[in-house]
Amino acid sequence: MPLIKIRDLHFYRGDRAIFDGVNIDIQRGKITAIMGPSGTGKTTLLRLIGGQLKPDSGTIEVDGQNVHKLSHAGLYDLRKRMGMLFQSGALLTDISVFDNVAFPLREHTDLPESMIRDLVLMKLQAVGLRNARDLMPAELSGGMSRRVALARAVTLDPMMVMYDEPFTGQDPISMGTIVNLIHRLNDAMGLTSIVVSHDVKETTEIADVIYLLSAGKVIESGSPVQLKRSSSQWVQQFIQGLPDGPVPFHYPGEDFADDLLNSEVSA
Amino acid sequence: MIGFIQGLGRSVIETLQRLGRAHIFLWDMVRGIPEVLLRFSLVIQQLHSVGVMSVMIILISGLFVGMVLGLQGYNTLVDFGAEESLGVLVALSLVRELGPVVCALLFAGRAGSALTAEIGLMKSTEQLSGMEMMAVDPVRRIIAPRFVAGIISMPLLAAIFSAVGVFGGFLVGYGLLGVDDGAFWSQMQVKTDWHDDVLNGVIKSIVFGVVVTWIALFEGYDAVPTSEGVGRATTRTVVHSAFAILGLDFVLTALMFGGI
Repeated sequence: MPLIKIRDLHFYRGDRAIFDGVNIDIQRGKITAIMGPSGTGKTTLLRLIGGQLKPDSGTIEVDGQNVHKLSHAGLYDLRKRMGMLFQSGALLTDISVFDNVAFPLREHTDLPESMIRDLVLMKLQAVGLRNARDLMPAELSGGMSRRVALARAVTLDPMMVMYDEPFTGQDPISMGTIVNLIHRLNDAMGLTSIVVSHDVKETTEIADVIYLLSAGKVIESGSPVQLKRSSSQWVQQFIQGLPDGPVPFHYPGEDFADDLLNSEVSA
Repeated sequence: MIGFIQGLGRSVIETLQRLGRAHIFLWDMVRGIPEVLLRFSLVIQQLHSVGVMSVMIILISGLFVGMVLGLQGYNTLVDFGAEESLGVLVALSLVRELGPVVCALLFAGRAGSALTAEIGLMKSTEQLSGMEMMAVDPVRRIIAPRFVAGIISMPLLAAIFSAVGVFGGFLVGYGLLGVDDGAFWSQMQVKTDWHDDVLNGVIKSIVFGVVVTWIALFEGYDAVPTSEGVGRATTRTVVHSAFAILGLDFVLTALMFGGI
């Protein structure tokens, strides 16, 4: 039985359909990647799974519980078992690295401070930032912020972690570190990981299953090898990063030549 | 014409929706208060940033407002030979009206705008979303302690404002204009009633504290999460708070002193 079961998901922003009948299964213990061009609603999907947004129709079940039918207390209980890494890191800026990682423990447990210290240092050691524990978030680089956020996301030993664009804007060293960390944490902690990304190379390295989204639908799903062998032109264009193909580079509208010829010079 | 009516209808609906969200937000904050009182250290942190950090502006403004009242009051009273009543005039003006009202306006400008900007920035940098996903309700953890701190701070600041103002009036009256100090203090003591004057002033300042802090926190929480959105929300906090303070002051004054 999958950990997350998404059925016939419809979600609209105004008149625009972000999801138009999406079905996704996230298997336990696997790394599942959700990929697609910018603006296809990948982050929105994570917010729907986390119960921060409500779908217009369809269901999302996490560990057998319908996320959007839960009470406020039930949803917050479920979230204790979910970790989420935001694209920005979303660290609390007025407290140190140590306090950020300790935050969920202090909020949800009555553990003595000495034990909290040990647990936080273990998590920070796992992301290589134990010695940066006294720094403030403003003193961290983008890659370091995301690693701290990752340590914080797994502090309560969740059953799953959702990663929102973990590779965006990282230098090659940070990128490699984060790819490695996601893989290592997933295996060592027995997590289920959902990685939302459009970085093909890094994602295909670690993902067990990939779902490709576009225009509100799942275009293709399967293992990285299956996707690379796909006969779909759309999939090939995305995987190989080709400028020409079924996905246009230009925002739809008037032809460029016509636009130049018909332009009216405004005063 | 149709476009005008549509625009009017849209703005009325949006305003009503916002009012509805503001009241749901208030209810959520109020429900969070018992939990906050059990973790009072969260409130103490906020009392520092909301209250203590506002003391300097309140001290300086209170002193000058009191000194101006002393000057203006003396010039009027001296024509009737009643300059010894300067203490009463200064004290009643401050305790009943200027203390709560001017202090609330300053509080909205100093602490209210800071609260809106802080919460708005926390929203735009996904800190509030991050907290929700850590199963920590931001309304109870972040917002409610600030709300309680605002309600506690406001009457204390208004009391400081009034006290310093009276001292400012005394400085001008006694030190500059030669009013008898015994008459200044004794008339003030006799004519200022604890219940009718002081307590009503305290009630006013508590009401202003609730309203200003509510507006400031809601504007931050409801801000469009962009730099422009947070800027607009901060401006709205100051403007809406000023309207609310002055409008409510009329209503409260009418109820307390107007014989309604």
